[in-house]
Amino acid sequence: MTQWSGYFGLILQGALVTIELTLMGSVLALFMAFLAGMGRLSRFFVLRALATAYIEFFRGTSIFVQLFWAYFVLPFIGVSLTPLQAGVLALGLNVGAYAAEVVRGAIQSIGREQYEACTALNLGRWQGMRHVILPQALLVMLPTFGNNAIELLKATAVVSLISLTDLTFQAQVVRAQTGNTLVPFTTILIIYFILALLISWGVRSLERRMARGLDGVRA
Amino acid sequence: MEWDWNFVWEIMPTLIQGVKITILATLLGSVLAAIVGLGIALARRSPNKALSRTVGFLAEFIRGTPLLVQLYFIFYVLPDIGILLPPLVAGVIGLGLHYGTYTAEVYRAGIDNVPRGQWEAAKACNLSARQTWTHIIIPQAIPPMIPALANYFIAMFKETPLLSAITVLELMNQAKSVANTYYRYIEPITLVGAFFLVISLFSVVLLRWLERRYGKIER
Repeated sequence: MTQWSGYFGLILQGALVTIELTLMGSVLALFMAFLAGMGRLSRFFVLRALATAYIEFFRGTSIFVQLFWAYFVLPFIGVSLTPLQAGVLALGLNVGAYAAEVVRGAIQSIGREQYEACTALNLGRWQGMRHVILPQALLVMLPTFGNNAIELLKATAVVSLISLTDLTFQAQVVRAQTGNTLVPFTTILIIYFILALLISWGVRSLERRMARGLDGVRA
Repeated sequence: MEWDWNFVWEIMPTLIQGVKITILATLLGSVLAAIVGLGIALARRSPNKALSRTVGFLAEFIRGTPLLVQLYFIFYVLPDIGILLPPLVAGVIGLGLHYGTYTAEVYRAGIDNVPRGQWEAAKACNLSARQTWTHIIIPQAIPPMIPALANYFIAMFKETPLLSAITVLELMNQAKSVANTYYRYIEPITLVGAFFLVISLFSVVLLRWLERRYGKIER
């Protein structure tokens, strides 16, 4: 019988790295999503083109290739990243591109009358966006953001391939040291699933809290 | 380090070999995902509660955990219980199972989208369950599903680089081995990105055409 307690500690350390990556990646993704999503709705052609190019590029190539590019190619052009930085960068930019389309869709889903009301109240473009459109659009975005966050969590497994010690990497270490495959892989599958459940639960409760004041507004 | 076109032409045949395997894996994975998805969708509609709950939970579990870990599971754990699979077969099974849980939702939406009146009319015309499915429900349910299914197959195509982690010699793995042999990463990894971007952009055009031809699923 192998001493599982030590190995379990190793896997828990991996879980911490995975959580850290998911959180940092989500923050970057959220930032990029709003930047590119609003960029696509901009009045200026250059901003629209830049945002579209970013979104198409990162949605068109796979996260794996982007990660390898960030980790192996960038050093040759003078930018050296640690595995963690490369991981957060690739995950954030990739998921951010998907989420940007969510932001755009949600903003466009807000009815014309809301924009007209903004004009009638003499709100500026920014004021209208900040106080009228976004509070309603955020609620539309939230469920899909939750799905995106779960996709990001799942994508973090890929960083184990650039030697970042996340859950998947630690499971491989345990496999190499004990020769047992069933226990480590089943354990991390369950941990990933619990993390995914936590995300969807968190997003749902956030959604309930944000919907509180909007009951009368939404049809 | 400079971009070297001679090196690009030198490694191109190897990469093309990889592209072939990548496309093969995507096609086989798509066929499997289409079948698995149908199986899951039908099982979840089953009147047998135990069956529909179990399959529902399993699908939820597979969707909430990373494909990479599932591939490891199939490739490393199954041999312990006597099922030894070649890498490509293990990869295709992984892709098919993972995306099968997504296509199941497409089938579900497509079937639910057929109006109740059609079921009732079939009953009124005294059609058997089998006739109802083959002549009434399926012909109406399939066309709106096609763009959504194609969307997931494109997503699957972008996940195929993960197969390199279980030693399938697809595009990413060929690029890595070339890169490790010559210690030049810029060209191989960038080319992989370019290949994916080009094929994805073409598939987006195809997808737009499918959407025009068959229409979107209304949510």
